Amino acid sequence: MFPASFGYFAARSLEEALELLTKHGEEAKLLAGGHSLIPAMKLRLASPRYLIDIGQVPGLSGVRVDGESLAIGALTVHADVASSEIVRQRLPGLAEAASVIGDAQVRNRGTIGGSAAHADPAADFPVILTALNASFILQSPSGKRTVGADNFFIDFYTTALKADEVLTEIRVPLPPSGAGTAYAKLGHPASGYIVVSAGVLVIRERSGRCASARVAVGGLGSGPFRAAATEAALKGQPLTPEVIVAAAAKAAEGSDPVDDLYASADYKRHMAVVYARRAIESGVRRAGG
Amino acid sequence: MDDSRTISVTVNGVKHRAEVEPRTLLVYFLREHLGLTGTHVGCDTSQCGACTIHLNGRAVKSCTILAVQANGAEITTIEGLAREGALHPVQEGFREKHGLQCGYCTPGMIMSAAYLLKTNPSPTEDEIKHALEGNLCRCTGYVNIVESIRWAAAKMMKGEE
Repeated sequence: MFPASFGYFAARSLEEALELLTKHGEEAKLLAGGHSLIPAMKLRLASPRYLIDIGQVPGLSGVRVDGESLAIGALTVHADVASSEIVRQRLPGLAEAASVIGDAQVRNRGTIGGSAAHADPAADFPVILTALNASFILQSPSGKRTVGADNFFIDFYTTALKADEVLTEIRVPLPPSGAGTAYAKLGHPASGYIVVSAGVLVIRERSGRCASARVAVGGLGSGPFRAAATEAALKGQPLTPEVIVAAAAKAAEGSDPVDDLYASADYKRHMAVVYARRAIESGVRRAGG
Repeated sequence: MDDSRTISVTVNGVKHRAEVEPRTLLVYFLREHLGLTGTHVGCDTSQCGACTIHLNGRAVKSCTILAVQANGAEITTIEGLAREGALHPVQEGFREKHGLQCGYCTPGMIMSAAYLLKTNPSPTEDEIKHALEGNLCRCTGYVNIVESIRWAAAKMMKGEE
């Protein structure tokens, strides 16, 4: 299988990529690692007229601490997120999610920015990035804007990115001490895509109560689903096993999953409860509880 | 669309300059332009790992990379793994421990395993299995494949003592 023909540009700088994107607009697609786009092009699900390859644009890769945030370049591959010392220490839930995407070869090539911008409803990064309240830096010829995860993932394969914008960086707030992050995934045994997954950020007070929590569940709809009922059931409560079980039981409340070939809607709701519980338990342990 | 590009890549230590159509996949470039047919096309959908090569030192699936994306890269294929006539320890391990049946998945398995041992010289059995998630053997010869890699790891560790 091979893709339909396209015009190809290898951008040497972000400026050049932006110029090309402005010129070709909706007819062009950005190419980073290509691990979502190339398979779609081979299956002729996508046939962009132009590809703008940003894979070798300097300065868009790597993980660094910037103030109270971790700044992750959009071209950082999954394997480098998973193995980053600072990610493993401060945001173990993010390292966990990165380490279970696809397989070793995919993690060596797929990029965090590509995964976020593709917004596959069965992808791992959108779920954990929503739980961690990440922000997305979008660059256009006219300037830069920052969009939070809750407003970035809009629908199936749809984000807040405009046709002339490039996602350059993802910023993840570094949790305070006493916080725990975790990711738990039920992957499809053949494809590795999520059936259901849960990402959490739990902030624990010294008293053992939950100051606040963010819980995102994947697999229940068009993108990451904020489990608001679970979050509300944790907030202010002592993080006992009973409280966690009762809160996790609400993980699918307000969601509207559909049956598919692999799993029924009921099964997905049930798994959302199970995996939310596992992720919360793990997050609470890491928070010292 | 006549939009050929010139790319230059170093494959198994040899520099090549070639004209390719942008839609040419790296695996077909290696097989059909360079005649390096040791890298196999299996599923052609980024699942099976038969097309695994090393691109700038990392194991990747060459069916899911455009040849133009590899412009300027260093590539190692299964043909480049043996050095001066001596098999790579992973290749030896597959021979010693009968790590192949039909042989179709073998080049990809070996390239993944060689990458694993470069990054983790002493993997546990679980780590080996995890590292091979992206390589499918339809003969289901996994037990001996894992054994082969353990054999290679032991040999490489011994060699470093």
